[in-house]
Amino acid sequence: MSYKPSSLQLQREDARRRASRRSTLIAAVSTVAFGLVAVIVVTGAPGFDRVRTSFFSAKYASHALPTVFHGLLLNLRVLIIAEIFVLIFGLLIAVARTTKQPILFPLRLVATFYTDLFRGLPLLLVLLLVGLGIPGLRITWIPNSAVLLGTVALILTYSAYVAEVIRAGIEGVNPAQRQAARALGLSSSQTLRHVVLPQAIRNVLPPLLNDLVSLQKDSGLISVLGAVDAIRAAGIETARSFNFTPYLVAGTFFVLMTIPLTRLTDWLARRQDAKQKQQGRW
Amino acid sequence: MRTVLEVKNLRKCYGSELVLDDISLAIPEHSVNVVIGASGSGKSTFMRCINLLEEIDDGQILLDGEDISAFGTNMDKVRSNIGSVFQAFNLFPHLSVLENITLAPRLVHGVSRNDAEENAMALLKRFGLAEKARGYPDLLSGGQQQRVAIIRAIATNPKLLLLDEVTSALDPVLIAEVLTLIAELKSEGMTMVIATHEMGFAKRIADHVIFLADGKIHEEGNPSEILNNPQTDRLKEFLGALHSAGRL
Ligand SMILES: Nc1ncnc2c1ncn2[C@@H]1O[C@H](COP(=O)(O)OP(=O)(O)O)[C@@H](O)[C@H]1O
Ligand SMILES: [Mg+2]
Repeated sequence: MSYKPSSLQLQREDARRRASRRSTLIAAVSTVAFGLVAVIVVTGAPGFDRVRTSFFSAKYASHALPTVFHGLLLNLRVLIIAEIFVLIFGLLIAVARTTKQPILFPLRLVATFYTDLFRGLPLLLVLLLVGLGIPGLRITWIPNSAVLLGTVALILTYSAYVAEVIRAGIEGVNPAQRQAARALGLSSSQTLRHVVLPQAIRNVLPPLLNDLVSLQKDSGLISVLGAVDAIRAAGIETARSFNFTPYLVAGTFFVLMTIPLTRLTDWLARRQDAKQKQQGRW
Repeated sequence: MRTVLEVKNLRKCYGSELVLDDISLAIPEHSVNVVIGASGSGKSTFMRCINLLEEIDDGQILLDGEDISAFGTNMDKVRSNIGSVFQAFNLFPHLSVLENITLAPRLVHGVSRNDAEENAMALLKRFGLAEKARGYPDLLSGGQQQRVAIIRAIATNPKLLLLDEVTSALDPVLIAEVLTLIAELKSEGMTMVIATHEMGFAKRIADHVIFLADGKIHEEGNPSEILNNPQTDRLKEFLGALHSAGRL
């Protein structure tokens, strides 16, 4: 005989449907109300007309778009290179900091000093010190390019952040896992490579990607060294037209650029949460 | 009969706490040796000394006549000849069951991926876990996890298998399936050292029972002697406590 829901169940489902329709309605009404209040407050502000013409001008936006976009391509190149190096260096520094091999003790010391230093120094300061200080040394074989030195500064700072995240991941791996691997006869480097690191990285993937999102937007700071990236290009346009719309265009580009990675981060974090909940059932 | 493992006057301290005091023991090939003792009596420490996860403070350990406690021993090589399974967290959660089992054969013993997988599948099939091969550890029951951990430990054909309270974290139904697997290994002639609180199982499977107390081998002998007819008050007390806990 085929299953028919009881009248009790039908009633319950009906009630659930009504409740869910009601919450949708409440959400819609509250969104519209909030939007209205925001519009009234902003457009009612005394300086609104001035702000609108100097920040939201369609004319200047379309005018600045190509040059700002051209600048953004530089940001993209810089951040892709920086991300690759940051991941490599971050991993190496994290491994150096967690190693217990006595022969690597000096390396551990250097790695600890490095992360302490670059986590504490403001990025802007690192940019200025590297970007202006290194050319000042007049060492001929070091190229004197704002883009290159800016990228180096980004790598220096973000490697320290990423190393700390990965180190937390390594230390979070259950010590029993390492022991199980050693008991199987794996060497310490095989244990690190095949057992500890894969689990460590997986556990810290959301905060790791978060740092990369930060790096993406901070790639705009190389403009202080004179590299013509999206922000600098917008600055040049602004100086020419006395209108701030190009900055808004650059900002929009940066937001669009980081959205894929932030969405990925959220999705991964949610998936990990779900997995952890699932593991409660033994 | 050939002696697989010989422990001579083993001593182990943690700080000022003397955990193992002058332990001597010979383990013949194909024998099943069950170590019993109260929690904290040093069963795990004893096993961890044997597979060199702990540095010993005195004495000697010989595996197949070779002194593995000598300074400069290739510890990875020794461990690759000894299978070990602990109470919990044995399996690598990021690797499938098959990858868990083939990791050491491939990395440590240089077996090709094909051969390692073939061997692993044969073992899984034999112990009724073939359909779990591609699954990940968190989808297995606790009993299945421990069975896979034991299979992983024997996949490299170790000379000796150490099982340290492998059923302590499991409920009774799951305990049974793990114990069945261990009994099968005995029938195949695997040399084993087992720490357990399952006295019924110990009685059935053990060739030799060792009771640890105060860092020493307090009593040892064949299972019926030790478990049915304890000589010392210490062992009587221990068995009595297990009895009232429903373990005997
Ligand atoms: N890593 C360690 N550091 C310090 N003390 C330890 C360590 N491991 C075990 N001990 C101590 O050694 C004694 C024996 O522990 P253990 O071998 O785990 O006993 P069992 O396995 O029989 O329960 C206990 O008193 C315990 O507190
Ligand atoms: Mg123990």
